[in-house]
Amino acid sequence: MAITATKGQTGLTGNSAVAYAMKQINPDVCAAYPITPSTQIVEDFSGYVADGEVTTELITVESEHSAMSACIGAAAAGARVMTATSSQGLALMWEMLYIASGMRLPIVLANVNRALSSPINIHCDHSDSMGARDSGWVQLYSETVQEAYDNVFMAVRIAEHKDVLLPAMVCLDGFITSHAIENISLIEDQEVRQFIGSYNAKASLLDTDKAPTFGAMTLPDTYIEFKRQQSEAMTRAKGAAIEVMKDFGKRFGREYGLFETYRLEDAEAAIVVLNSAAGTTKVAVDALRKEGKKVGLLRPRLFRPFPWQEIAGALKGCKAITVLDRADSMNAFGGPVFSEVRSALYDLDPRPRVMNRIYGLGGRDYKVKDAVEVFNEALKAAETGRVETLVKYITL
Amino acid sequence: MVEKKEYPLGGVIPKGGTAHDYSTGGWRKLRPVVDLDKCTSCLICWVMCPDSAVVTEEGKMAGFDLEHCKGCGICAAECPDKVKAIKMVEEAE
Ligand code: SF4
Ligand code: SF4
Repeated sequence: MAITATKGQTGLTGNSAVAYAMKQINPDVCAAYPITPSTQIVEDFSGYVADGEVTTELITVESEHSAMSACIGAAAAGARVMTATSSQGLALMWEMLYIASGMRLPIVLANVNRALSSPINIHCDHSDSMGARDSGWVQLYSETVQEAYDNVFMAVRIAEHKDVLLPAMVCLDGFITSHAIENISLIEDQEVRQFIGSYNAKASLLDTDKAPTFGAMTLPDTYIEFKRQQSEAMTRAKGAAIEVMKDFGKRFGREYGLFETYRLEDAEAAIVVLNSAAGTTKVAVDALRKEGKKVGLLRPRLFRPFPWQEIAGALKGCKAITVLDRADSMNAFGGPVFSEVRSALYDLDPRPRVMNRIYGLGGRDYKVKDAVEVFNEALKAAETGRVETLVKYITL
Repeated sequence: MVEKKEYPLGGVIPKGGTAHDYSTGGWRKLRPVVDLDKCTSCLICWVMCPDSAVVTEEGKMAGFDLEHCKGCGICAAECPDKVKAIKMVEEAE
């Protein structure tokens, strides 16, 4: 597929933009099994392979478990490795996600967020990547096609950063972002190469002189040390992410941070929400600001590691905060973003009121009026200091 | 206990052959004992031992590497009927 730019802008779907980023990265190996709504990523990329536009070894496997297993094998051999999936595909990779991170293999995965069965549903929510939040992968979330495209490059740099060496996942909303055509700015191939550099693995399975072993067993006398080592790498990933995002901004003019804030500075009530729903929320913020209501938004971009101090710092002026979760932890206590944001705010004095609203599961629309309702409820809590309902489903 | 800085990243064992340095013979309940007067050095036991724990010297059966022998008894069972040079004895004895 030939991609042409008009006035520096190119109309691409989220999937095509991610596939184009992968083409520009030209990874050594890509092992993937297409699944809705991320299918087009693998479809486009296999086109690039067939047309000789990349030198990537594309491994077409029989399942996502095999896809991640092949990625792990290739990464252990020292290759730069990428893949893409969604929903059940990510779920089938589960076992191997932990192995990739435990073995410290900087694989990059594009996850197009989709609901998990059952009931079966192909549309957007975050239950897939949220379920993988404790698997030791760095997670970057994207509001727009442009951001998803940019995040892919940043994910490569963060994952391969010498202080990190952990796999990274770029998440974008199924259909809403993956299938919407947006005008985006592409980066020149040459600039991509300069930004990501080359990857030199510390050890390679193919090194027959040293003959290293990957994935050896550890017993109670060493396992915990390896987990601490991994946990410390995840802690360092925040600094690496800041460094990479800064460099990205300097080179390409698009500034990114650990999270995005929108009209938050003097806000009394705020919404915290991931991905595309932030766009809808911003429209509601503008509308309510016109009425003189002090509302704002915080959209986490880096969810793993979770930059809790910075998030608490940004939200400390708010009196009431509603965290919107597009996934339910099924713990009878709300969604995963809520649990973490609320925990991050615990040490604040005065402590803001924090509520959770579960929205948009299985692709249910989240509209400006929904955001307005959420804000009005939060403003009421800000005024009275009382939360009427801590957790509830909206957009029903 | 090894210091933290010595733990290889991601549990990668950076070189080959390290299993040799790790004693696993302690799992053994039965110990093979060879009667070298009976042994013909056919080396069937050497071929069959799943732990490469049969030791040879100059192509001849020379005993066992008890740091790695698990006491499975395969060597004793595979030693030809006419010879039966290996006996398994209780480690407890
Ligand atoms: S008992 Fe088993 S492990 Fe030990 S030497 Fe014989 S065959 Fe090998
Ligand atoms: S199988 Fe028996 S005879 Fe043959 S080398 Fe081993 S101990 Fe000796």
